[in-house]
Amino acid sequence: MTFDPSTIFSVFFYAFAGLLVISALRVITARNPVHAALFLVLAFFCASGLWMLLKAEFLSLALILVYVGAVMVLFLFVVMMLDLDLEHLRRDFKKYLPVAFLMGAVIVLELSIVLIRSFIGTSSPVQPMLEESTMSNTKALGMLIFVDYVYAFEVAGIILLVAIIAAVALTLRNRKDAKAQNVAEQINVKAADRMRIVKMNTDMAAKQDARGEKK
Amino acid sequence: MTVTLAHYLVLSAILFATSVIGIFLNRKNVIVLLMAIELMLLSVNLNFVAFSHYLGDMAGQVFVFFILTVAAAEAAIGLAILVVLFRKVDTINAEDLDHLKG
Amino acid sequence: MQFTLTLPVLCAVPLAPLIGSIIAGFFGTKLGGDRIGHGACQFVTILGVTIAFVLSCFVLVQVMDGFYFNGTVYHWMQLGELNLDIGFLIDPLTATMMCVVTFVSLMVHIYTIGYMAGEEGYNRFFSYISLFTFAMLMLVMSNNLLQLFFGWEAVGVVSYLLIGFYFERQSAVFANMKAFLVNRVGDFGFILGIGLLLASTGSMQYDVIFAQNSALAAQTLPGTGWNLVTVACICLFIGAMGKSAQFPLHVWLPDSMEGPTPISALIHAATMVTAGIFMVARMSPLFELSDTALSFILVIGSITALFMGFLGIVQNDIKRVVAYSTLSQLGYMTVALGVSAYPVAIFHLMTHAFFKALLFLAAGSVILGMHHEQDMRKMGGLWKYMPITCLMMLLGNLALIGTPFFSGFYSKDSIIEAVAASHIPGSGFAYFAVMASVFVTALYSFRLYFYVFHGKARWGHRDSHAHDHHHAEEGDDHAHHGLAPGEKPHESPLVVTLPLILLAIPSVIIGFYTIEPMLFGTFFGDSIFVDISKHPAMMELAEEFHGPIAMALHAFTSPVLLLVVLGVLSAAIGYLWATKLPEKFAQALAPIKLLLDNKYYLDAFNQAFFAKGLLWIGGILWHRGDQKIIDGFLVNGSAHAVGRFAGVIRHLQSGYLYHYAFAMIAGLAVLLAWVLYAYLPFVR
Repeated sequence: MTFDPSTIFSVFFYAFAGLLVISALRVITARNPVHAALFLVLAFFCASGLWMLLKAEFLSLALILVYVGAVMVLFLFVVMMLDLDLEHLRRDFKKYLPVAFLMGAVIVLELSIVLIRSFIGTSSPVQPMLEESTMSNTKALGMLIFVDYVYAFEVAGIILLVAIIAAVALTLRNRKDAKAQNVAEQINVKAADRMRIVKMNTDMAAKQDARGEKK
Repeated sequence: MTVTLAHYLVLSAILFATSVIGIFLNRKNVIVLLMAIELMLLSVNLNFVAFSHYLGDMAGQVFVFFILTVAAAEAAIGLAILVVLFRKVDTINAEDLDHLKG
Repeated sequence: MQFTLTLPVLCAVPLAPLIGSIIAGFFGTKLGGDRIGHGACQFVTILGVTIAFVLSCFVLVQVMDGFYFNGTVYHWMQLGELNLDIGFLIDPLTATMMCVVTFVSLMVHIYTIGYMAGEEGYNRFFSYISLFTFAMLMLVMSNNLLQLFFGWEAVGVVSYLLIGFYFERQSAVFANMKAFLVNRVGDFGFILGIGLLLASTGSMQYDVIFAQNSALAAQTLPGTGWNLVTVACICLFIGAMGKSAQFPLHVWLPDSMEGPTPISALIHAATMVTAGIFMVARMSPLFELSDTALSFILVIGSITALFMGFLGIVQNDIKRVVAYSTLSQLGYMTVALGVSAYPVAIFHLMTHAFFKALLFLAAGSVILGMHHEQDMRKMGGLWKYMPITCLMMLLGNLALIGTPFFSGFYSKDSIIEAVAASHIPGSGFAYFAVMASVFVTALYSFRLYFYVFHGKARWGHRDSHAHDHHHAEEGDDHAHHGLAPGEKPHESPLVVTLPLILLAIPSVIIGFYTIEPMLFGTFFGDSIFVDISKHPAMMELAEEFHGPIAMALHAFTSPVLLLVVLGVLSAAIGYLWATKLPEKFAQALAPIKLLLDNKYYLDAFNQAFFAKGLLWIGGILWHRGDQKIIDGFLVNGSAHAVGRFAGVIRHLQSGYLYHYAFAMIAGLAVLLAWVLYAYLPFVR
């Protein structure tokens, strides 16, 4: 058995790819949503492996960190937080399977026709990546993000900020007994709201009750 | 056989189709729907990285970086909406969410 | 006094009556607040018409000296290359008509002071008859077909207003609608004729049209093989049939007696009904080009002349006898036009205007004297009480039947001789018709005279009022009419009898003096065109004419006078001496009497066929067209269609997210397939 790089490459590729496809299929067909989430985690791991094969090491690790570490954990939180009734899920699954499968097959077929025809000849990089010879993938990525695409980078940051605020604003439930100040109202107060001047005589006769005694 | 760009792209297409089927099949569970969307994004990212490698251009990976960001943000907000929805209608059955019915 | 005829002077002729009418109509009625009284109204309107009459006489004198005017007074608008103007054409024909119209109008104005005294709507009446004078003058003085048509329609409108003067009466409203609608039928043909002429010559001015005579004669109507001039002339004549009450569009004229008597004299004897005759004479260069049109005119005229005369014999309302007499005489004028004797037709028009106006006004005087009684069966022996009226009516009747030396004799006999001299198709029947009609005319005229003025007095009886309400004749709807028992008829005041006298003078003498210059001299000159080679009637008449006296003496040896005398004698026998005879005749000829009483069933036919037919069509269009098709199918149907369509489409909006996603993906797949289809030959 020859261990030339392309063969090893293919073996690893087919292994990762097969596992990826199987876990993706299991995501959508799992009865239990927790299982689905865990299969999705597996899918991400395989994808990360594939990206490592493509020499995009920063991104593959970022995938694990961000997606698996943050997003999937969030998914699991939510799945376990919602009090789900598991028996009523997954009925009528068989009814829609033929149509769905047909549709999926059609799309894959169409896409493959084009993609295979166009790109079957590209077995090795068309041109070497510019930065590969001089720096690491991370540094190369950094060079591009912070110099050429810095505007997009800032916008991405704002998007994240907006996501935080939105998530909090959507799900926030106020405590019924929390007292907060409404600063706008405080500033809006006018003198007339707080004080009322009453005109009175400077000297008045003392009030007398029915018996004639002073009050 | 040598792995070419086409292999990666076909793989990405299969993932995409899987996620579409997943959207269509999962009428009972909105969370799996959201997971299918994550799968879709994954397939696109795979596409980009493959092109980036085979065409020798770093821009593809930059794109993936940003897609990752946005996907995370979108997943967070989507789940927040789901939580609020669940508080209101007490179900995650997509078949019950037909308030936009014409 | 040297007085030049300039354009402002010509404009004053129609404008003076118009201003009088506006002042009387606006300030004298409720419209303007009833500011001026009867005296001011009649003064203003009579002043206007007098100015018009004096100026018309002046125009006539100048025209006889050779004056001619054809020009634009006001340029109204321009449509592309077509100029629409107000213009005047002053030539002998116009001048004749102007004088006739203004003179008769003036007489009627003066007469109205007496006739309508004390009636409600006095000021309105004066305004209307002045307005009518304006419209008729505009018609007569125009130099283009558009203005002629304006005058045509305007006189129709004023006629409508005047026939329905007593607008609270059901019968009057019916009559004025009938007049207007029947006129409209004629106007439809008229407009078609004008349109044809405009399309083929490019102008509506007379001089431009006549200049293209020879070019027009050769043209045919596009799409058919018919001669264009024939079609245009027949269409124009249809308009004349409506306005001049020829058969079968004559049905409105007897009903128009619903209006007050002065307007019967003005409009339905002397002026408006002669507008058609005038129009044909004016367009004589065109009519001469078409023998077919002339034969058509001839036949229609002869039918009218004869059959309307028959109807005059059986009428019991004094005004209706004179109305049918008018119809018959209009038939005579039309016959004269048909044999290309246009000057004779205009001559008869003029004499007829005088004696027919006289007859109508005299009848009105009788009605006035009998306290608005119009039924002849309740009159009789009135010569003792109304001598002046009696004499005037006698003079008018003598003129009408054609007594030698009277004006009617000259014009009627000229017509008869012209028909005898003509050989176009239809002239045989026309000759028979006009001769027979002479007898009939004499019969009904003197029936009227003897019945009303002589014989036994059939009024003032104790039960005459009771009979009134049982025999409700048309036109007898006045509240308190007829003489009360013991009351006697009285002669009318001077303001009524003076116009009678003034009209009787020309009725008697004008024929004698004017026949030679009008018919055989150069009076009409270029205003009337006769094609001598094809239609030699005028020329043959001229050859046989040896002066008015000779003509009158010659008449004593002609069969015409025999017919006249026979007619008078028959009337005398039936209504003076053997008064039971007419009834026996009527019983013996009962079917004919029935036919005549129902006016040949023409009114019934019109009512059943046209009126009901139109109502039926209207009903169908309403129920099926409007309600079912437009409302039901188009309007409501489209709404329902939208609803049904939306009902189907809305199932696309299921509200389910997976349906939407699936739809998107399916669409994407289809698009991809469509794009990839082009790639298929290259796929391995």
